[in-house]
Amino acid sequence: MIRTFDPNQVQYFAIAFSIILFIVILMLIRKRRIKEEYSLMWLLFSLVFILFSVWRQGLDVVSTFLGIAYPPAALFLILMMATFLIMIEFSMIISKLADKNKNLAQEIAMLHHEIEKIRQSINKTYGN
Amino acid sequence: MNQPKVLIIIPAYNEADTIVEQLEQIRLNNKDWDLLVINDASKDQTEELARNSGLAEVVSLPFNLGIGGAVQTGFKYAVRKGYDIALQFDGDGQHPADQISGLIQLVVDGEADVVIGSRFNRKNTGIKTHFLRRTGIKIFEWFSYMLIRQRITDHTSGFRAYNRKAFTFLASNYPTDYPEPEVVILLGKNNFVMKETFTQMHERKGGVSSIPITRGPYYMIKVLLAMFMAAIRSRIIHPEEEL
Repeated sequence: MIRTFDPNQVQYFAIAFSIILFIVILMLIRKRRIKEEYSLMWLLFSLVFILFSVWRQGLDVVSTFLGIAYPPAALFLILMMATFLIMIEFSMIISKLADKNKNLAQEIAMLHHEIEKIRQSINKTYGN
Repeated sequence: MNQPKVLIIIPAYNEADTIVEQLEQIRLNNKDWDLLVINDASKDQTEELARNSGLAEVVSLPFNLGIGGAVQTGFKYAVRKGYDIALQFDGDGQHPADQISGLIQLVVDGEADVVIGSRFNRKNTGIKTHFLRRTGIKIFEWFSYMLIRQRITDHTSGFRAYNRKAFTFLASNYPTDYPEPEVVILLGKNNFVMKETFTQMHERKGGVSSIPITRGPYYMIKVLLAMFMAAIRSRIIHPEEEL
């Protein structure tokens, strides 16, 4: 018995998943679970996924252009690129946060010290 | 400059065994310097002991930042309180307190913006270091000469005096992690004049080196990369601003 496939089946799934991904990201931004400035890459790449799931010849065009013999490999390439870029962006964000975090810690330490000094001088002037 | 205001910055992490002795040693040498202990979220009694000694101001970081973040806190403090000279004095007992005034004098005399207490710019170094560590130190010397054309023999020394211009600059630009060698490049790159003076070192009295031998290769690569990046980064102080 020969199993028959609907040749478009995978495309339906691909379109459905990439649209769901796009909507989920929009929802997260709407609920302020992700800040806009950190979500640009996600939005960009979910749009790219939608593009390639709707435009069937897209992968062939891209793989021909890049000289990739097996078109689905181009899909993995795009995925990898997306993950890489997003992770690099995360590293940048983390570095910035770490720097701000350090500055805050230093500021807190100095303010704390300053408050102690003021408290001591008040106690000295007015007694307890 | 009549009687410059001097701040001695002592970064301390779990130095309860030696901190009070350190402070007393420094105090013995001079009564006019202000001592500032940056307690880098020590888990032991460092903070209480330093505070109760009455010899130093103590600023306690809310969590551990590492030596770079701790020393930078001291520079920020020095800027705000209007000090003329800031001296970094690592709190592990390696640096002889009686040599502080020598370093400060060189800065006061305007010999350099930064004076580094070096363990190596004379043949007899007083203490024995592991040969891997010596090799690493040689590599730093060569590498930084390539990058900034100033010959510094002891890049990892935590015994340094800075004038106001230098510590003000570092208060807003200080690397973290293993910062000392990178600071040399950062300063050289921004046209600060550095000078080394030989200082006899003690074996450390307490604590352990921030650089265990086993992590040497990792440390070397990390620091050389950081030095290289500091060198190819564009200057923070532009030449025209100096005029």
